[in-house]
Order: sequence, then structure tokens, then C-alpha cells
Amino acid sequence: MCLAVPVLLKQKRDDSGTIDLGGVEREVSLLLTPEAQEGDYVIVHAGFAISVLDREEAEATLSLFRELADSQGQ
Amino acid sequence: MRYLSDFRDAAACAALAERIRRLAHGAGEMQFMEFCGGHTHAIARHGLRSLLPENVRLVSGPGCPVCVSSQGDVDRAVALAGRDGVTVVTFGDMMQVPGSEGSLQEARALGADVRVVYSPADALRLAVDCPGRQVVFLGVGFETTAPAVAATVLQAQRQGITNYSVLSLHKLTPPAMRAVLDAGEVRLDGVIGPGHVSTVIGAGAWRFLPEEHGLGCAVAGFEPADLLLAVAELVRMVVEGRPEVANCYRRSVSDGGNSRALAVMEQAFQVVDADWRGLGVVPASGLHFRPELADLDAGARLALPKLESREPAGCRCGEVLRGVLEPSQCPLFGSACTPESPVGPCMVSTEGACSAHYLLREAG
Ligand code: SF4
Repeated sequence: MCLAVPVLLKQKRDDSGTIDLGGVEREVSLLLTPEAQEGDYVIVHAGFAISVLDREEAEATLSLFRELADSQGQ
Repeated sequence: MRYLSDFRDAAACAALAERIRRLAHGAGEMQFMEFCGGHTHAIARHGLRSLLPENVRLVSGPGCPVCVSSQGDVDRAVALAGRDGVTVVTFGDMMQVPGSEGSLQEARALGADVRVVYSPADALRLAVDCPGRQVVFLGVGFETTAPAVAATVLQAQRQGITNYSVLSLHKLTPPAMRAVLDAGEVRLDGVIGPGHVSTVIGAGAWRFLPEEHGLGCAVAGFEPADLLLAVAELVRMVVEGRPEVANCYRRSVSDGGNSRALAVMEQAFQVVDADWRGLGVVPASGLHFRPELADLDAGARLALPKLESREPAGCRCGEVLRGVLEPSQCPLFGSACTPESPVGPCMVSTEGACSAHYLLREAG
């Protein structure tokens, strides 16, 4: 039911868009995420984008992982 | 895509596992429930249990919407599929769930018109394309799916489409978590909060766990490092004796959730009591259409009779869903019950606890 992974929004037309799923294009509804823009990563559930990935928050979590790995490497 | 690969990074996972080991060292036994079926699947698939120290255990909760649909719900779906002029549309996972008188797949083999889609939007399109048939979508899912279904129903109403309706079996997750805790059958020290449900309802929806039950909650994403980070946070809360809600999936989840999705859901649905497999009737845990949308409610429109339902003989799904029984403790697990020929719903959906444990057994 749930793709669970962020996918790239390639095109946007009104309240729907096209995503790229490993080379296969698929249509998604953007009714629940009208703020989504082309080039964003969205999380899709049952054919509807339910969130737009927050890149700053993603980076913050990744840098936390890096810090942790570094501090334990010492 | 680095937002995927970096959250699967082996060095990050090793560092997180080490952090969990250090935090948990000497801290006694801890048991955390992963509520969400997507997490259950990811934990099995990535072998995450093997990375945890012996005193940190994970148990699966009732977080697979297909598994928690009651036997009566499955039977009503099968009964609908047998009606003349009716096309039943569903997510693939529902097809194999055994009802008292067989599954949707068996109904299709006997001539019923049952179709599988990825999205309720496809079901609405089908209704537009087949004006001569009553197209009924089986609305199975949690707060992640309910807004999508609500959106199609509101669209059908706006466009005056009269041959589309939904059998709403949607369920709400916080009341189910409360029911598990109130039953008091399983001792928990914290909860891994569902990632995509929380994307919709917000991390704040889980605040009742620390406030009313003294339990920590860590909302997690679906990659291995996401889940390990959530476990590390839960262990930290136990050790410090300070339960709270930690949002470990900030790239998708905010405190208040997706307000647009919540508004669409609110517009279409009202909260009602619902019957869960394993939990029975849980107050205020289901969604039915508002009276003004009664025309789009398949249950009302197609006047379904009350059916006698029988649980599959020997199946222990109820206990598995309450976290009381490990799937492998069910006498049918892996022998009479396998993903190829499932006896109960927990072996059907890839998000089901029995199916996830079977996958792990095959891998190991
Ligand atoms: S192993 Fe099969 S029969 Fe046993 S609880 Fe799981 S799904 Fe039900």
C-alpha cells in the first residue's frame, strides 16, 4: 500500500503530478500536498503525496549520524 | 538518491547499534512495541533485531490495516463482490485474506468482478469508465489512507458521479494503542511511533503516551538507521526515566501533521466505534461517512445484511496483534500457515507480523 520511500516529483499540473519510480513514471495526486513543487521529493501513500520531504531536516538527521559515527570511531 | 542510501548507511547503523548497546548496558530488560506494520516489515527485512543487545526486545503491535480488519469486515467485502452489477476494487493485500466463506481472490475465481488498484483515485476513474456498474472501493487503512479516500469521495460528490461508493473500514491508530495498553497483557517500556500515520496526524498525537501512560514514544522513518535511532531514543528515555515524544522522522513528520489531509478527512468522515481483529470493539477508533455523504457509503447504499463470521480455525492472529504471542509460537506458523497458503491475515500482508517473521526465518 505504501511506497515508504521519497520519490522525485518530475512534473506538476494543477493538483496532480508525475513521479519517477526507478525509471517508471507514475501519476500521483497532490491534493493533500498543494505546496509540492517540481524537483521536490515527496512521500507517496496509496497514490497520494502525503508529505514533501524537508531537506534541511533530512540533512540535520544525517549529520547527527555522522557525528555519532565519528565520535565512536575515536 | 542519497536521502535513501544515507539512511541505510552501514557505518551509521553500526554507530547507532553501538550507542544502543552502551546506553542499555546494565539497564535491565526493555521491551518496545513497533506499532506500524511497515516497521515490522523493515525490522525483519534488515535483520535489525540481531543488532540489538539481549536486554532490548521489539514486539509487533496491531499496525497492519489488512490484519486488523475484522472477520466480519472481510465477509462483507466478499458478500459485496458476489452481487450482480457490482465491481469491488481493493488494494492487493486484501485479496488473499481468508473470510468465513473464502477470500476475495476465491470470489473472483468464481466469477465476481474484483479489481486491484494502487490508489483510490484509480477506483474513481474506473467508476467513470464503467457507468453501468456500481464500483465499490474497500476503504481499508489508517490515517495515511483515509485522507486519500476522503479526497476521492468528495471529488465524486462534486462531479456528481453516482456509481462510486466506499465501504469505509478505516481505523484510527491512537485509540488502538490505548486499547493495547489498557488491556495490560503486554509489558511495554516504550513505543516506536508510526512514521506515515504521524506524517498525517503529527508527532504530537502521541503525547498521551508519556503523559497518561508514562511511556516514551519515538516516531520513526522506515530505513534501518531511522529505526535504530528511534530505539536509541527509547532506551535513553528509559535509562534517564524521562518519557517524552521524540520525533526521529523530522524530514516527513511535523508536530501538528498535514493540516490539509486532516481537513479533508474531517470533511468526509465522522469518528465511530470500530471492530478490530484481536482487540474487539474499540471506542472512537473508526471512520464512517458524514450523513451528508451517505450516498457514497457502500454499506448504506447496498444494504449489507448482518453476517455470521467465523475466525479461521487455529489461527492466533488476535494474540499476535496484541503483542502477546510471537508469530512463531502459533502452532500453524510455517507449517499449515505460510505466505503461499495463509490461514490468517497476519500471514497475508507483507506488513503482517507473521509474514515478516516468516521472511526473516527464510533469510536466516
Ligand atoms: S501463523 Fe498463520 S494462523 Fe498463526 S497467527 Fe499467524 S496468520 Fe494466524
